[in-house]
Amino acid sequence: MAATTAVPTTPAPGRRVGSANIPRRRGGLRRKVFDNLTGYLFMLGAVLCFAFFSWYPMVREFIMSFQRTRRGVTTWVGWDNYIRVWHDPAFVTAWKNTAYFSILALVFGYALPFFIAVLLNELRHAQGYLRALVYLPVMLPPASALFLFAYAYQPDNSGIFNFILHSLHLPTSQWVQSTAMTMPSLVIASTWMNMGGAILIYLAALQNIPGELYEASELDGARLLRRIWHVTIPQTRLILSLMFLLQVVATMQLFIEPLILAGGDGVEDHATSIVYLMYQHAFKEQDLNGAAALGVMLLIVLVGFSAVYTRLSPRED
Amino acid sequence: MASTETSTRTLIASARLNRPGSRRTYWAIVIVTVVVFSFVFLGPLYWMVTGGLKSGPEIAQIPPTLFPKHHELSNYSDAWAQLSLGRLILNTLYYAAGALAFQLVLGIGAAFAFSKLRPKLGNAVLGLMLATLMIPSTVLIIPQYVTVIDLPIFHWNMLDSPWAIWLPAVTNAFNIFLLKRFFDSIPTDLLDAAAIDGAGPLRQLWSIILPMSRPIIGVVSIFSVTAVWKDFLWPLLVEPSPTNRTVNVGLYAFSQGITQNVLVAGAVIAAIPTIVFFLIFQRNIMSGLTTGSLKG
Repeated sequence: MAATTAVPTTPAPGRRVGSANIPRRRGGLRRKVFDNLTGYLFMLGAVLCFAFFSWYPMVREFIMSFQRTRRGVTTWVGWDNYIRVWHDPAFVTAWKNTAYFSILALVFGYALPFFIAVLLNELRHAQGYLRALVYLPVMLPPASALFLFAYAYQPDNSGIFNFILHSLHLPTSQWVQSTAMTMPSLVIASTWMNMGGAILIYLAALQNIPGELYEASELDGARLLRRIWHVTIPQTRLILSLMFLLQVVATMQLFIEPLILAGGDGVEDHATSIVYLMYQHAFKEQDLNGAAALGVMLLIVLVGFSAVYTRLSPRED
Repeated sequence: MASTETSTRTLIASARLNRPGSRRTYWAIVIVTVVVFSFVFLGPLYWMVTGGLKSGPEIAQIPPTLFPKHHELSNYSDAWAQLSLGRLILNTLYYAAGALAFQLVLGIGAAFAFSKLRPKLGNAVLGLMLATLMIPSTVLIIPQYVTVIDLPIFHWNMLDSPWAIWLPAVTNAFNIFLLKRFFDSIPTDLLDAAAIDGAGPLRQLWSIILPMSRPIIGVVSIFSVTAVWKDFLWPLLVEPSPTNRTVNVGLYAFSQGITQNVLVAGAVIAAIPTIVFFLIFQRNIMSGLTTGSLKG
């Protein structure tokens, strides 16, 4: 595949890449200072952007979460913001909903792309078409795709999903208008929209598995499922583990799906997510500080999760 | 594409598939897969396009009609006018183009400095940039918003201006990392030879590095354009005026006051530019996606 050849990552043996140990220019202190300054000049633009829009906001978020700004006057308020958002009746619900979405998305959307990738990798025909097909939804503007789902989820039998279920003599559903089906509905839409990226990444990983491993295990008499279990999965373990982390972090930031499909909070708050709550605090209640406190909580949960996960997960030796 | 795959051995050996019995099973699986996948991934698009053609009563009809009875093309023109889709698409293109330009110019400059010029603190700065990859984007949205309405030191309010999308777009550490790693693979000898001929750093970047880096620049460009096109929460916050909205935000914001069939028609029109973009750059998009993720 063109993908894997596009970036020559391994340097030719015996040749040093990078200029660290090669004295490129001899010269005095002045020359060195000049070279360093040129280097800084080239990175200046990007560094300023990071400083203003990434590094500073990171510090600012913590500061804001301990302050309160009212009528242009900012005061330090200690843990007040945290206590206030904690007592928001939607707070616990929002965490529960977000975690529920994340888990459901893992149940539906974690193994599925992997098995689709394994299937597609075995097909010797129509692969280009199928790849394009699974990636197409990823390219759609999310709002477009979600309005399509809103249309398909129409709760009376005018919606296509209910029509299909009804034709198959299966029970129909109220989808986002029923409390039990709200999250599953969001997960179905989200999985359809986002699965393609994971499938293509798995496909590339599958193509890097040396064929000899399959041959050897087949000679040992391993049947199809055993080959998947003993060759395919161990060989793609690292990417599987990375995708798990990325998916959890991505799904915990749930926002647009409930906003468009369920009007933000859904029936009896069954769709409210953490990011939506943050948005509500900041822009509906003009409480940027409370929103920042929520942001800090989500940040700590997600960064904490990533740190623990990377510590526990298997590494390549 | 299929022919390139046969050379490598996968789960099931090609020789095995060539046996008559297996061959039949194989073709059955191919056909079932193609049919099911087409249904799952193209079916919804069909439903969307035909939904946009239905009249008001027909779209709410029970059971739904699989083929629209009358083709109300006026829905599409209504959607174009009521959602001011032309405006939304142009805005989004403008934001995407600017974000791309800033990301390429500033990102390539930084990556070149990290990879080849290597000033003393270069690695420390790169480390600080890569550290931001640990922080999910939406988590910082509040302080970023506060920064954008009053940029520290300069006291510049960028709200409702394209700068609020262009400049934060540069803080994509992953793209800078991809560029830097690619530049690392270009032998420094080439630059040294050019330096002896009197080429300064800018000249070396322009005449040696850039021509050799086309593939990775293509990948980074696609990433940055798609990111702007798909973003929702950030443009929702920083481009509040109706005339400055992006496609995503505009669709959402205008969705309240219009009928279902017109909304669906609008969603179709909004999707067309990305589908065209995808069909044109399909190969680059697909290969680019795996470039960064795997060889890291």
